[in-house]
Amino acid sequence: MIDRKYIGREMAPLTVDVERGQLLFFAKATGQTDPIYIDEAAARAAGYRALPAPPTFLFSLDLKRPDPFALYDEMGVDLNRVLHGEQAFRYGAPICAGDVITLRSKIVDIYDKKGGALEFIVTDCSATNQNGEDVGGMTRSAVVRT
Amino acid sequence: MTTQTNVKPGGGWADLGAGDAIPSLTLPPISRTTLALFAGGSGDHNPIHIDLDVAKAAGMPDVFAHGMLSMAWLGRMLTDWAPQSALRGFSTRFVAITQVHETITCTGTVVETLERGGERLVRLDVQTANDRGEVKLAGEALVALP
Repeated sequence: MIDRKYIGREMAPLTVDVERGQLLFFAKATGQTDPIYIDEAAARAAGYRALPAPPTFLFSLDLKRPDPFALYDEMGVDLNRVLHGEQAFRYGAPICAGDVITLRSKIVDIYDKKGGALEFIVTDCSATNQNGEDVGGMTRSAVVRT
Repeated sequence: MTTQTNVKPGGGWADLGAGDAIPSLTLPPISRTTLALFAGGSGDHNPIHIDLDVAKAAGMPDVFAHGMLSMAWLGRMLTDWAPQSALRGFSTRFVAITQVHETITCTGTVVETLERGGERLVRLDVQTANDRGEVKLAGEALVALP
């Protein structure tokens, strides 16, 4: 049973660079063929200042923490028993290569189903860029098989 | 590979209605290389997706795909259809595990058009399924109409 005291827990803000190389690697790894996500000139022609991050890339920025799974350890959760349950994104200003993004994450709920056989950890994250603009956010629900 | 089952014969945004399908996206069969590349490109280094020893120790028969790989493919389908700047929200539930060697197809279907915050939006049901039609991810996207 995960201690409910973790509800409301805020992670230290994380400030990360949006690296062009990682965007290109992400594009390759997802089979991306749209030149907007691969070719600087196509991105600019589409109105972006640099290569844009695709719609789910905020999740990858959040994984740039030094140890992204440390909180599971602290909560006594075995990473091998964690599955991704749900994921939602909301959008603001575009995230582009060269941006510096600050992510603020908080555990907003922990609950169980099936008499405690499954536990859910819900984390919300809001993100801003180097100009203080809202670049959207995301909510993740992790499922722990207890 | 994108199949051109377009929204409507000769149709444009103005003609969108419930039940219309956007062009689907079918990916090559998932290989272990696919998962290794996505681990690197996405920054999700959870070993359960790339290390058979870890997967077996966790009671899984094999490594399995990152949920966010399939969500990235759904994102590709959406941005192939509409510019990313039109995307307002995108969420999914991870309904079943996506296995190595499966061939995944992403589909999107218009549920409704609506008005919110002075914008006309289209709500799409999106999902991924294997070639036996077993649903893996099920979610929705909100896209602003031009």
